Amino acid sequence: MALKPITGRDPLWRDEFSVYADDERFVTRRQFAKFLTLTSVAMAAGNAWILAKSWMYRAPAYPLRVVAAAGEVPVGGVKLFNYPASTDPCILIRTDQDTYVAYSQVCTHLSCAVFYSQATRQIECPCHKGSFSAADGSVLAGPPPRPLPRVVLERRGDDLVATGVEVR
Amino acid sequence: MMRSPNHGPLVAIDGALALIAILLIVQMWLLSATLEAFMSGRHAVALPAALVSIGLTGVCVALGAFVRKVGRR
Repeated sequence: MALKPITGRDPLWRDEFSVYADDERFVTRRQFAKFLTLTSVAMAAGNAWILAKSWMYRAPAYPLRVVAAAGEVPVGGVKLFNYPASTDPCILIRTDQDTYVAYSQVCTHLSCAVFYSQATRQIECPCHKGSFSAADGSVLAGPPPRPLPRVVLERRGDDLVATGVEVR
Repeated sequence: MMRSPNHGPLVAIDGALALIAILLIVQMWLLSATLEAFMSGRHAVALPAALVSIGLTGVCVALGAFVRKVGRR
């Protein structure tokens, strides 16, 4: 098959990445260097975007919300609730007679819903076998890169009140 | 007497390309580590990471310009 003559009218990218196999050319070192340099610019742009997001970040104001009554959850039991927004699922665990802890129910790996296993006394993610400590939400095993965000609880009378979220 | 061809410019270009590739890998790691820190609420790392990344891009652009310059000769 005869090669298509280069007319000079086609843009450079169409010449370099032709749809016809016979017209394909090797990428030169200069083109490769240009490609790598542009990728490097994209990486820097990504870091600049994160910087801009961190400058624009404002710590949210968390509402006070009654999560449960003190005796409502049995020892080793859980209660699911949403905090601070109705789209943020959380899990309240009564680990001991007087100890209540609450965490975000969203796994820090790929956002699956975690659950509390009474047998292992750990918070587990069913998707990729990640597990978190029920005591402090830290990662014990599996792929999750960060601890679970902790919901700050206060006891006011007989009520457990959520006052904030601690992202770690 | 046969004279060997001068491979100097080609070696320089290949060296520059290898250096750009290494710097690019460092930048990829830096971006993922910064994103990870940002997601976990540690915003203080964003500024130094951005400065380092922009500096690495500057080195990559300089090396790219060097490759173009040597390639034109």
